[in-house]
Order: sequence, then structure tokens, then C-alpha cells
Amino acid sequence: MSAQPTHLVEQLKSGLDAPICLTWELTYACNLQCVHCLSSSGQRDPRELSTAEAMHVLDELRDLQVFYINIGGGEPMVRRDFFDLVEYSVGNGIGVKFSTNGAFIDTDKARRLASMDYLDIQISLDGVEEATNDAVRGAGSYRMARTAMDNLAAAGFGPFKISVVVTRHNVPQLDAFKELADSYGAQLRVTRLRPAGRGADTWHELHPTLGQQRQIYDWLMAHGENVLTGDSFFHLNALGDPLPGLNMCGAGRVVCLIDPIGDVYACPFVIHDEFRAGNVRDEGGFSRVWKQSELFRSLREPQSAGACASCGAYDACQGGCMAAKFFTGLPLDGPDPECVGGEGEHALQTVVPGSAPKPSMDHTKPVRLVRKPVTAS
Amino acid sequence: MRGLLTQPVAVAVALDSRLELHPQVAVRPEPFGALAYHYGNRRLIFLKHPDVVTVVNSLGQHPTVAATLDACGVTPERWPSFVTALSSLENSEIVRERPADAPR
Repeated sequence: MSAQPTHLVEQLKSGLDAPICLTWELTYACNLQCVHCLSSSGQRDPRELSTAEAMHVLDELRDLQVFYINIGGGEPMVRRDFFDLVEYSVGNGIGVKFSTNGAFIDTDKARRLASMDYLDIQISLDGVEEATNDAVRGAGSYRMARTAMDNLAAAGFGPFKISVVVTRHNVPQLDAFKELADSYGAQLRVTRLRPAGRGADTWHELHPTLGQQRQIYDWLMAHGENVLTGDSFFHLNALGDPLPGLNMCGAGRVVCLIDPIGDVYACPFVIHDEFRAGNVRDEGGFSRVWKQSELFRSLREPQSAGACASCGAYDACQGGCMAAKFFTGLPLDGPDPECVGGEGEHALQTVVPGSAPKPSMDHTKPVRLVRKPVTAS
Repeated sequence: MRGLLTQPVAVAVALDSRLELHPQVAVRPEPFGALAYHYGNRRLIFLKHPDVVTVVNSLGQHPTVAATLDACGVTPERWPSFVTALSSLENSEIVRERPADAPR
């Protein structure tokens, strides 16, 4: 497309003037407690950004010409100012894509959402039927999501997205997910499970097996042009021809995360002090964090291939996902825990149990230790 | 970020065609050139050369593609590659034919 071919990926790795893909988790509050939640959400954090602070961040993003933001949580619709913030964002030329479990999309809200421009919605669903989904996302969450989809379809929202985190249990359902999305005229989005947040505790049981990695790759090669992936499966590129999309880790280079209390992290999968670049409340705001933080500057330097340097597949897989390595206790300059060459499995065996870093924050709701007495009937 | 790097084969734009930046597209300067985002179809496109950015931003101010290239100082031997780039951009709706009633 260019008049003079350039190595785009190399240039992107050295960073952009503003992020392409900015995720903003509006709240840690959530009506669900998914076992793989990246942000260990549940309870609202009292330090949450106020409406005015959030709008100030949006002003900054407008000035930086951020084209769109990905809003998540927690459950973002829990915030009372949710619609105010979305309308303010869109009114300032920042398109919004938000992820939701659908609990609050009743018929009225669906109509309101359908009337808005530059708004995309992702409904999370991790199983094509109740048993598979609810085992991960909690009792009642499947019905909740399907009801929201029905309401959006009835309101004429148009092509919303169904967002699936690929696990060991739903790999066999990929075709069925596609059929479900097609039945709604929706777009399917599948992304990689990361061992972040509560996912750090459940990843070992939930992540796709080595054999399934090949299945996912083949399926994406066959359907990739019509399925969104957030370019999250580039570690699979070592299996053959590259998947569509950007083949690189964008953390701190083209993507970042703003969390509910304004902390800025390199990506949505690394909510940990080691990957915290600053806070939007600091002097200079988000712009200064993006442009000048020491962490982001170091991520924009050429990265070492480390233990993967002698592997012929490194150019294809780029060593995989930084977050996946970090939270499984692997060195960042070594193989991804899901390395398709099997190097990750070997490396995981050398990790001392319990030595992997723990997420810095946990907003999981406290477990009710005293059960309500069961009334005899 | 689907479809960032590969563009379907497009019909070549003619040098005498009258193009403009699509009104739903925003162009953000970057060290390598610019990012173009189409708010309607949600496509994000990399403009990987500063000269392409200049041309794309100037299309609406000149009567034809040829006049734009000339005005932007693009030497004739480079025109074919710009035609290819503009064809691809028209296919992604980053640029479009000016409406017939637009002023000349």
C-alpha cells in the first residue's frame, strides 16, 4: 500500500505518538466473578476515577487523536455515569467499543445503545451452551449474555460482537460459536486466555493443550478473515504461515491499559506493579505517561530474544506473550508457556511452585464464610 | 486490528479522477507517516510514507489526482506507486470520488 515499502512492524515496536488500541477499565465492580478475570474484579475500588476525572482523560485522548477506546471492567455498565462517559467520548470523536457480560442490557438499554453512533459492543461468552460457559463465568451468566444478545438484535443494534476467551473446554465449540454469531448477524471475536488476575490461579487447568493449539491455528487460518482476534494468537505463527493481523506484542508500544483508579499499565494482561507506567492523575496526565514513562521507553527499545534466539521460529512467534510468561514465572526473554514447539512446557517444569508473581491487586469479593441457614420446607 | 497489513486488490484509480479524503476518516500523523481511521467501517490503515500522507490530505484541494501529485512535488516516475496506494485507499474507503456536485 505504501509508495515505498517500510518495515512497519519494526517501526511500531519503537512506539507511536499515541496508542492505537487503548483499553480502559472503568470499574473493578462486577456482578460476576469469572474464574479467569484479568483484573480480579468484583468490588468497586474507592479510589475509582470520578466522572470529572474520567472526562478529563477523554479530553486528553481527544487531543492525542486516539480514534477509539476499548472500555471494560469489571462490568462497565455498573457505573452510573456509564452512558454519560460513552456519550462524552463519542461526542469528542473517540469511538467506543465496550465489553460487557450483558446483565444490564435490558430492552430499554438495548434501544438506547442502538440509537448511538460509533459504538461497538462485545458480549462475553465462554461456552456455546450453559454448562461450559457458567463453569467459567458463573451461574446464570449464559442466560444473561443470550438475553442481552436477543435484546440488542430486537432493538436493531446491528452487528454486535460475541467475545470468546478460548479455553481447553471450548476449543471444540469454535464452529458452533461461529454459527451462533452468524445466527445473530453478529461478529465473532476469539482471544487468548491469559494467566492474569484470577486467571493466574486457573490458567493451568483452563489453557488449551499443545494439541489444541494446532486446532486453534488451523481454525483461525480457515476462518481468520471473518473472525476478530485482537491479534492475540501470534504465538501460534510458529506453526506455519502467519495469521492475519499484527505479529507483535504491542504492550507499551501501540497498546496500553488505564485501570479504574487511573493507573496506566503496558497492556490489559499485566496489572502488576512491575508493568505500571504511571497514573493519569500524575502531573502531565496520560500523555506524559505514554510519552515519557521509563517503562514504556524501555519496552520500545529492541528486545532480546534470549533463550529463543537460536530457535528458527522466533521471527514468526516473537517469543509470544510477555504477560503469559510473567504470571507463570517464566523469564521474559524465554519461550511463551504455550510455545508450540513444546519449549514452554519444559520451562514450566523448572518453575518452583508458588514462585510466580502474584497480581498486585485483588478486588475479588470476600467469600461468605457463614452460610445463610437453609429454611426447612 | 484485522486487515491492517493486507489490502484486497483494487481497481486502479485514474489519474484524471477527482478524489477526496473520506469525510468520516481521521488522519493522525506518526513518525512513519500517519494512521488513518474510518469511523464508519472501523478500518485502521497505515499510511507508510509521509508523501502519501501529504497527497491524501491534499486531494480535495486539486482538480485531479495528477494535479495533486504534481502540486505535492511527486516526480512522474513515482506516480505508478502512488496510483497503487490511492487505489488501495479508495478500496478501503479512506479516499473516495468527490460527489458530482462538489465545486471544481
